[in-house]
Amino acid sequence: MRNWLRIFFVGGLISYRALFNWIKPHIYFPTMLGAPLFQIVFFSYLGRYAHVHESDAFFVVGNAVQVCGMSSVYGMTMAVANERQFGTLGPLLASPANRLAVFLGRGVPVLANGLVVSAFGFLVGRLLLDFHPSPRSLPALALIVCVTTLSCTTFGMVLGSIGLRGKDFFFAANLAYYLLLLFCGVNVPLTALPGWMSAIGRCLPLTHGIMAAREVAAGAPLAAVGGLVWTELGIAAAYAAAGFFLFRLLERESRRSAVLDSF
Amino acid sequence: VNGSTVNGSIVNRGYLIRYARIVWMGLVFRVREFTVSRWFVLMAVIQPVIFATIAFYLFKSGGRTGTLLYAALGAAMMGIWSSTLFGSGGALQWNRWQGTLELLVAAPPPFIVILLPLTLATSVTGGYALIATLFWGRVFFGVPLHFAHPWAFAVAVPAGVLALGLLGLLMASSFILYRQANALSNLLEYPVWVATGLLFPIALLPGWVEPISWLLAPTWGIQALRHAALGSGAVWFPIAMCAVTGAAYLALATVFLRVFERAARANATLSLT
Repeated sequence: MRNWLRIFFVGGLISYRALFNWIKPHIYFPTMLGAPLFQIVFFSYLGRYAHVHESDAFFVVGNAVQVCGMSSVYGMTMAVANERQFGTLGPLLASPANRLAVFLGRGVPVLANGLVVSAFGFLVGRLLLDFHPSPRSLPALALIVCVTTLSCTTFGMVLGSIGLRGKDFFFAANLAYYLLLLFCGVNVPLTALPGWMSAIGRCLPLTHGIMAAREVAAGAPLAAVGGLVWTELGIAAAYAAAGFFLFRLLERESRRSAVLDSF
Repeated sequence: VNGSTVNGSIVNRGYLIRYARIVWMGLVFRVREFTVSRWFVLMAVIQPVIFATIAFYLFKSGGRTGTLLYAALGAAMMGIWSSTLFGSGGALQWNRWQGTLELLVAAPPPFIVILLPLTLATSVTGGYALIATLFWGRVFFGVPLHFAHPWAFAVAVPAGVLALGLLGLLMASSFILYRQANALSNLLEYPVWVATGLLFPIALLPGWVEPISWLLAPTWGIQALRHAALGSGAVWFPIAMCAVTGAAYLALATVFLRVFERAARANATLSLT
């Protein structure tokens, strides 16, 4: 068990430091904080021009939660798929380390980073835009953001696992990030989307978390959005299971067909 | 004296023709290269369509259906900017990674003649965004494609694309000493979308943003496209401003490239990643 925890925490942290391309401050700040800042400002002004909502809160909450994807989608994809890119996948899979600890451990630093990015997004909304949540709503909002970032991170695990075999994992990560913007009710309410789009959105991470966060930011108690939070947590568990299953499947297939490190 | 002048002009004309040929062949080569790149397809086709869709639904929700063509053109210019930003911003870095930067710099023609088609190709490839968003808007959202000044629109498109390509040249020349151009590119995408009024008017923003927007080619490019398509203002002034800003970018890029290229050679850092 001690060994499992060591691989989970220490291994996760070391792999994050080694594989996350944007960890240096001169890349981290423009990419992980600068881009989300302007994303929130962009959509808030677009919402004002479109006359969709009275205040910026709808766009600030939606985008501040979604920007955790900068860490969760890109970071998690790098944390898994970069092993192949950097030529370290073979030695990793030849080691006797517990695969579940190896796989899930990579999500912990990514999750923590996602929370930082999301919290920064809310701060931007508070300081620069018309977003003034009640201080009493903050603990519930923090809990919802944690759950939503977790589900987004497990979604990133699925993408990362695909990256073990796919050639262009950055393409997939970018595409996923943009599709989350469209399908998850980040800027357009699900009720305004066609039925098939909102149905897809309900199967993705973020959607239920964003809905819950909006209600809590508007003053609803946590108990009132319990169903949404549990659904988001269920989605997180489902993606984590799918990601691990894919990871093992692709590992086995890559060994069988001897394409572990090939491009 | 007369004879040498004549010879000199013949020699100069020979150089000009040769450089023009390098630019044209380089442009064709790079556009072909980018057209099959999944990254450029994402930037120039998929991403603008996604942003156009978000804008269409937002404007529909807000009861601003008359602005759908406005949104389609804005999303197209967003795609052209993204393609130029990431393509031109990363141009030198890609060549550095591939080990071809030193060869390009050491080639007999001036480096700017080699770099120009590369950056122009990024904005030309971004031009696919215009086709993609107009097609998407027409087919799925019934956006009417009735242009108020079709001939002016036909001039505005290449003027905007050329101005953005020259802005790309300026960026590429500035990034020659900067190893993390991709981080700067990640940062600059949204601010330019905001500051140049691509999906909402600049008038909504604080007053200090407007003078900044005048220096950016996408401001004039989108104004030219919108005024030509919607008949909402003067067309030729923004087209002329595309030419003016483009010329200014070219002049600045020439100076930057000379200074930075020399510094990179002197410090022997050209190929260092």
